[in-house]
Amino acid sequence: MNRTTLDLWVGIFVAAGFGALLFLALKVGNLAAFSTAQTYKVDAKFANIGGLKVRAPIKSAGVVVGRVTEIRFDNETFEAVVTMNLDADYKFPRDTSAKILTSGLLGEQYIGLEAGGDRKTLNDGDTMRLTQSAVVLEDLISQFLYSKAAEGGSEAKAPSRERKP
Amino acid sequence: MAGAAVRGLFERLGAAVTARVWRLGFASRFLVYLFLHSGTALQRFGLTIREIYFAGVLSLVIILVSGLFVGMVLGLQGYHTLQRYGSSEALGILVALSLVRELGPVVAGLLFASRAGSAITAEIGLMKATEQIAAMEMMAVDPIARVVAPRFWGGVISMPILAALFSAMGIYGGYLVGVKLIGVDEGAFWSQMQAAVDVREDVLNGVIKSFVFGIAVSWIAVFEGYDAPPTAEGVSGATTRTVVTSSLAILALDFMLTALMFTGGNGL
Repeated sequence: MNRTTLDLWVGIFVAAGFGALLFLALKVGNLAAFSTAQTYKVDAKFANIGGLKVRAPIKSAGVVVGRVTEIRFDNETFEAVVTMNLDADYKFPRDTSAKILTSGLLGEQYIGLEAGGDRKTLNDGDTMRLTQSAVVLEDLISQFLYSKAAEGGSEAKAPSRERKP
Repeated sequence: MAGAAVRGLFERLGAAVTARVWRLGFASRFLVYLFLHSGTALQRFGLTIREIYFAGVLSLVIILVSGLFVGMVLGLQGYHTLQRYGSSEALGILVALSLVRELGPVVAGLLFASRAGSAITAEIGLMKATEQIAAMEMMAVDPIARVVAPRFWGGVISMPILAALFSAMGIYGGYLVGVKLIGVDEGAFWSQMQAAVDVREDVLNGVIKSFVFGIAVSWIAVFEGYDAPPTAEGVSGATTRTVVTSSLAILALDFMLTALMFTGGNGL
């Protein structure tokens, strides 16, 4: 078997294909974020998870420390149970609180962890006690309208309040 | 009289359906036979390399240029819509996801069917019309192992590579228009894209799609060529059928694969 120029071209073609795949995986996708590092599972119960999805990131101080692996409904307490996989390199105190936050105004939802002061750390299978549910836009708007209406009622008596410094 | 005409109509309809089902059965048997006799194509890999050159390398120009332009159009149109909602930074997500999930495999598949699939059909059909296939059989050379299998595998190998290059080129085109021309922030463009595109969920599923399209198009192309009536008319008809059938097959398969891949899990 001899090498031919055809082989060279096919070699360039295949190498370019691998290059494109590598570009798609590293530059376009987030291959670096999904590692095979050791993790531990922690549960958290929320009254409302909003639009949280499986594989959503878990961030602490803005750094991704894990991913949501499972979301299920607890039929005893009528709460959502979110199971998260945290990177074993990061240890959190037992009284760490979890919040469901939104990146940007209409961005994807993620879980934000805020470390507490406990000396003991969370272990595999533990449940976080302090949680804060997702902000539901409709609730927020209705609260806003309600408070505006209440304010409007008091303003009707004192119309000059608008120009207050 | 009318009864006879209706009967004739039904007879023709039945004959057409039977002929198509018959042909599908033959095509399936052909594919199984092709798989069983692919040993030569893999042992004498030079034959397959030659076909990768004709199906893949020679399709590079059209794939790269189309990819670039599709990405640039996506960048322009996407920006136009997104900036109404004040989220033009999400342009990277829009360009990358639509290319990696759908447009890359599908448009590359359609181009591949018309560029390489038609050439494969015409080549095999002409070999049959000029009795080269019959001559091989006379010399106890299996034409399916020697002629058909290398072309089939060459197409199957080339297709995912072409689709990946199409997507990569398209994303670069979107980057050129979005970041360089319009002025979307470069950091936001890439970082939002990286946050939204999942390697397993999006990139790998796109590669699987293009692989399935590669098998479908190559199968249709080699079968149409092998089954073409050995006349000038027959070959031209077979070439047309390859392009039409494989385009429809790609679109139908794309719908099925999308339904399987991207709507599972937590019901997107």
